[in-house]
Parts: sequence; C-alpha cells; structure tokens
Amino acid sequence: MSDLNLTLHVWRQRNAKSPGKMVTYKVTGVSTHASFLEMLDILNEQLTAKGEEPIAFDHDCREGICGMCSLMINGRPHGGQRATTTCQLHMRHFKNGDEIWIEPWRAEAFPVIKDLCVDRTPFDRVIAAGGFITANCGSAPDANDILIPKESADDSMDAAACIACGACVAACPNGSAMLFVAAKLAHLHRLPQGQPERMHRTQAMVTAMDAAGFGNCSNHYECEAACPKDIKRDVMALMNRDYAKAALASRDRETKSDGSG
Amino acid sequence: MFARDHATARGIRVTEFHMTWLVRYARSSIGAKHIMAVTGLLLFLFAVVHMIGHLQMFGGRDMYNTYAHFLQSLWEVKWPVRAGLLVLLIVHIIVALGLVAKNRAARPERYAKFKPVVSSAAGRTMAFTGLAVFAFIAFHIIHFTVGWVQPEAFHTLDAEKRWDAYSMFVIGFQNPAIYGVYFAGMVLLALHLGHGAASWLQSLGLRHPKYPVDRLGPLIAFGLFVGYMAPPTAVLVGLIRMNGVG
Ligand code: FES
Repeated sequence: MSDLNLTLHVWRQRNAKSPGKMVTYKVTGVSTHASFLEMLDILNEQLTAKGEEPIAFDHDCREGICGMCSLMINGRPHGGQRATTTCQLHMRHFKNGDEIWIEPWRAEAFPVIKDLCVDRTPFDRVIAAGGFITANCGSAPDANDILIPKESADDSMDAAACIACGACVAACPNGSAMLFVAAKLAHLHRLPQGQPERMHRTQAMVTAMDAAGFGNCSNHYECEAACPKDIKRDVMALMNRDYAKAALASRDRETKSDGSG
Repeated sequence: MFARDHATARGIRVTEFHMTWLVRYARSSIGAKHIMAVTGLLLFLFAVVHMIGHLQMFGGRDMYNTYAHFLQSLWEVKWPVRAGLLVLLIVHIIVALGLVAKNRAARPERYAKFKPVVSSAAGRTMAFTGLAVFAFIAFHIIHFTVGWVQPEAFHTLDAEKRWDAYSMFVIGFQNPAIYGVYFAGMVLLALHLGHGAASWLQSLGLRHPKYPVDRLGPLIAFGLFVGYMAPPTAVLVGLIRMNGVG
C-alpha cells in the first residue's frame, strides 16, 4: 500500500491558562499500517526536525486497554470506528490527501492541560467515592464459593470493560459522565459481591459525579455510540433506578461525596 | 449549618451545605431526571386524554357540547386538575431550565467539528420545542378558555342553552390562520413528545427489552399529532360544519 500525505488541523494550547487554537499541519509519508497515534508520532518527528514543538497527546498501552488515549477525530471520539480506541484506529481507514480535525475532549470537568491532553482526574474522584466492596479476609476462598449466574458474570464483565477514557463525556452534547459512572456501578452491582454497599455506593458516586461539574444526561445516547468498549445504555437505566431507591427508600445515613460516609 | 468543601476540576473550592435528603435528591442530576420524567409523563397522559376528548367533534354538536358541559360542570374536579397541571408544567419548566444551564456550563467550549451520530434533532432541541409549546399552550388557553382571540365565537349557546363549544371549535378552525397556529403548535408538541416518550422509561430505569416503548416514542408522538389535528383538519376541509358532520 502506498503512503499517505495528510492535512491535519490540530488544537494547540500551551497550557491550561493560555488560549488555544486550531493549527494546520502537513504530514507526509504515513504508512497505512500505522495507527493514528503512530501517525502523530511521525508528525511530531517531522515537527521536531523543523525545530517546532511536538504536539502533546495522551497514550500509554497502545493496545486499547488502558484508556489513556483520547482525541476527537473529525468530530467523533476515537475517530468513530465502532468499539475502537484511537490507538487501535489504523490509517488504512483514511485516504491520501484527507483533511483530519483533531481536538481534545471538551468538558468543563476535563480542562485542557496542554494541546490534546486533558485532566481526567474527576473520574478518579468518582471511583474513589465508590469505596470498597465487602470481602472476607483470611485464607483464599474456594472457587465457586459464591455462585454467580453466567448471565450476571457476563453482564458485569461487559460493564467492567470500561477503560475510563472519557469518550462518553466528550461525545455527550451535555458533557455528561453518566455512562462512565453507570458502568462502574453496574460492574459491581451485577455481582453478589457488590450488593452490601450498593445503595450507598450509588449515591456516593452520583454525588461525586455531580460535584465534578459534569452535565446531565438527556438520553441522546451519543455516549453509547462513542464508547470504544461498547458499553450499553442499560447500565444507565440500572443506575437511574438504583439512585431512586437509594435516595428515596434506603435507610442509608448521610453520604459524603468522598465515599467515607 | 454544617458545610463541606469540594475541589472542582479547575481547583475552585465550592461549599456545599448539607440538605435534607429530599432536597438533595431533587437537586441531584438523576433526581432532576426523575422529576422531568414523572412530570413529563403526567403531562403527556393529560395530552392523550385531551386529544381523545376533542375527537368527539366527529360525533357532532350534541356529543361535543355534552362533553364540554360535563367537564365545565365538574368544577370540584376541574379546578384541582387545572391547578395540578399548572404545577406540573411549572416544575417541568423550572427543572428543565436548571438542567439547560448546567449542561451549557458543562460544555463551555464547542468543538470545531462535532458529528452527532445517534441523537435526534428533536432530542437536541428539547429546550426550544419545550418553550415554544409553552407559548402555544398560553395562546391556546387565551383562545379557547379565556376567549380573547375570537370573542365573537365564544359566547354562543346551543339549542339546549348550553355553552356551544362545537360552534366555537368550527368557527375557530375555519380560519386558516388559526389552523396554521395550531398546526405549528402540534408539530412542536410532537417533536417534544417524540423524545420525551422515548426517554421516560430509561430515565426512571424502567426500560425493559420486552417493552420497547423507547423505540416507539416517535410513533406515539405521531399518533398524538394525527389525533389532535384530525378534527381541526376536518373543519378546514368542510367535513365538520356548523350544520353538522359529514
Ligand atoms: S493508549 Fe491505552 S487504550 Fe489507547
């Protein structure tokens, strides 16, 4: 396959304080075997050779499991290939001469740190608010000590596939984090081990989500379409239902957003 | 009062006061969602009943006036229902405006390129269609309940000395301008309810694969539109006339 020459429009921003803008670059000689991030590596090498500052972007595993890569590519999180992270997006999906727009996730809760890197710490705060599950210490339990129906295990695993990349927030017209929070809740609440703290955890994580400045879900489901791990809207229905139970019917004492309540 | 500090994403410290559990619930993101779903559902049910009432125009003057008279004479029911609807409407609008403000604040910077892929235009314009429907409801009340728009048609009585709602309806919709206003109002209502009817089960967490009400949302809204516009259209084309139906 022949190499690609592309025109990129990339968001450049020196730091969190300074204003940013879209800057146009030409990148040449990109192999169609390259991943999207490798394409940016090639561009950065070309920029460095010219003495320009390379573009900052997040990445780590480059195999679709860590959730570090992000990027709004042509108006779609992770480029819009179904169930694909940016690091797993390959340049064979692009044509020679294409123009590509690359922007950071945009949300009040995810401020830009530099160029295409945003601060996703609010996700960590939501996770911390979830607290811990109750498990007996001591000797290792026997396998299958707790019986879990295959369907529950599968459903929980589907929710646990969330890599917390933030594509749901980026795609949501309201900057809502509900798919993420709901996936984390469903991951535990579809298993017996998650039950003792279920009501408390739901309230604590939703409170932390609200405090972080995310928007509200309007049932557009752009998050579901954008999710590189194919998390389904069902997890949000579960969270919505549990939240009503927790807030209106549980005897839980006051819940603090740090999860210590 | 006991206050607690939070650090927000940008390091701004905000103080949150402990509220009672109900206020906290109502002010939470999901609590607001539930309020929108429940008030929206009740208003939607009213819209269905209201539409069925008007379909009685096809039954002729006597049937329609009997129905109107029945409603008007039930004042012990009429006023509480009116008050209840008003409260529902006000709560629905106030909570919605709060959500719009929060959602705008949550996405202050727009994308240079943004491609919505699955969300509907109706869903993304709920605030606009909602406010437009509210304006339409105000017009509708001034028109048919207060009687200021076409006062000449408002005070007639029928042969049995009942308030002649049938004539008022016919005179009203023989006027193409009035018909146009209602047509536009119903289009907006259908767009609004299309997303609403698709959303409420998910919002309350009651969506179930065996009952695909969410996918039927647009169809339900279209049915409501047809039901509402059938009698006025019949008037406009001369199927329902001052001297009878057919
Ligand atoms: S870099 Fe780890 S998921 Fe993309």
